[in-house]
Amino acid sequence: MDFLTTINEATPLLLQGLKITVMISVMSIVIGIVIGFFSCLLGLSKYRPLRAISGVYVWIVRGTPMIVQAFIVYFGFPQLIQMLTPDFRLSAFTAGLITLSLNAGAYLSEVFRGGIAAVDKGQAEAARSLGLNSSQTMIKVVLPQAIKIAIPSMVNQFIIIVKDTSILSVIGLADLVNKAKVYVGASYQFFATYILVAVYYLVIISALMLISKYVEKKFNYERKDKY
Amino acid sequence: MREKINIKNLHKSFSKLPVLKGIDLTIHEGEVVCIIGPSGSGKSTLLRCVNKLETVTDGEIIVDGCIITDKHTNINKVRENIGMVFQSFNLFAHLTVKKNIMLAPVDLKKMTKSEAAEKAIELLKQVGLEDKADSYPHELSGGQKQRVAIARSLAMQPDIMLFDEPTSALDPEMIGEVLQVMKQLATDGMTMVVVTHEMGFARDVADRVIFMSDGMIVEEAPPAELFSNPQEPRTKEFLARVLQDLGLQV
Ligand SMILES: Nc1ncnc2c1ncn2[C@@H]1O[C@H](COP(=O)(O)OP(=O)(O)OP(=O)(O)O)[C@@H](O)[C@H]1O
Ligand SMILES: [Mg+2]
Repeated sequence: MDFLTTINEATPLLLQGLKITVMISVMSIVIGIVIGFFSCLLGLSKYRPLRAISGVYVWIVRGTPMIVQAFIVYFGFPQLIQMLTPDFRLSAFTAGLITLSLNAGAYLSEVFRGGIAAVDKGQAEAARSLGLNSSQTMIKVVLPQAIKIAIPSMVNQFIIIVKDTSILSVIGLADLVNKAKVYVGASYQFFATYILVAVYYLVIISALMLISKYVEKKFNYERKDKY
Repeated sequence: MREKINIKNLHKSFSKLPVLKGIDLTIHEGEVVCIIGPSGSGKSTLLRCVNKLETVTDGEIIVDGCIITDKHTNINKVRENIGMVFQSFNLFAHLTVKKNIMLAPVDLKKMTKSEAAEKAIELLKQVGLEDKADSYPHELSGGQKQRVAIARSLAMQPDIMLFDEPTSALDPEMIGEVLQVMKQLATDGMTMVVVTHEMGFARDVADRVIFMSDGMIVEEAPPAELFSNPQEPRTKEFLARVLQDLGLQV
């Protein structure tokens, strides 16, 4: 069998996987941004317990491998909940989405925090000296600049999320890698199949990078000056 | 004249390090006070205590009748009446010049958008930069940035202006244009507290010059008196050094 035949045969199956990979990536990026934003705000709070919540969350996610988190969410929690409601089930997709979103949230929380910390302190002081309160200062002055600073690291994080979906194939998520494994199991066309899978990932991630270049341009109100 | 700023026995420490050691100072309406003194003597800290950018350790500050050292005072309301100009300009980097000026009056509901836009243009004319309304801060020279920063403060129609070394970050040829704007403000009757190394400005514009050293006010007098006949040895020494530096520069 030659390369082209493999491509022809494998493509329908791989496209199904691709759809799942794209769906779970996009959804966990969106959810992760929301979680990350709130976690970051908690982390900046003047109340210690709120800061602690954010700190512990980020600490746990960063300190454990995602594959273990996925096992806990997919196998562990259902077992716990089944003690109360015996027929509780969690699909691989839902479990994967929860794991990936929590992961994305923690890392994005750090990215946002870094962005905010990188905004010159004088910006907030100037806003406060005009009479703006702390939330007006945050929303009108600090965040717009922090987001611009954070875009490159955000994009980096998005790329990691897309790639990390592949880890979730171990809990049975029917993603690109999983479908490829199924096809390879029947056809033994390792080389052609996995090259094809790699190309698919390259396409998704290149698209992501193109979009981010566009967004970055929109935010580019200055080039090098500090003030 | 009414008292605008009243500072009583002000102490400020940064985690054990005492920086202000008992400052008493009263500033009246329309007065222009220049603060001079060696680096690290606490000039910036004193100025920043007046609008509570620093929280004081001990003592009392009353601005326009509001006890700002009392934690029940709404400091944001008080700050609306105190403009502050920083050494590093601190223009909002993501906004055009016009939007820099409009932000606070609109957000704090002091003006509608169109009123604020009109006011912004008027202020830009006043500082000679009406053609820069749609530029971003990074497109301006240092002197232009500082003039915009002054306009931005004035948009809130404050009756006190604080300046922290407004010309120290500027190339020499740009200092004049900023001092000119400040001179005009003084002439118009603004109450001003200016930390500066510009002895010429202090001599020409100030009603009173305050010499600070090591967290204390060492000496205060009208400029003619302080510059020509300083009483305290530390003042004499500082003035001699500064004037000598000026001499060497020329
Ligand atoms: N946020 C801070 N934390 C700790 N120490 C500080 C802080 N701000 C100022 N200081 C210290 O307080 C002292 C007075 O500083 P301040 O900036 O008020 O001096 P200054 O008279 O304005 O000096 P300069 O002429 O250099 O601006 C210095 O020793 C400085 O190191
Ligand atoms: Mg200073």
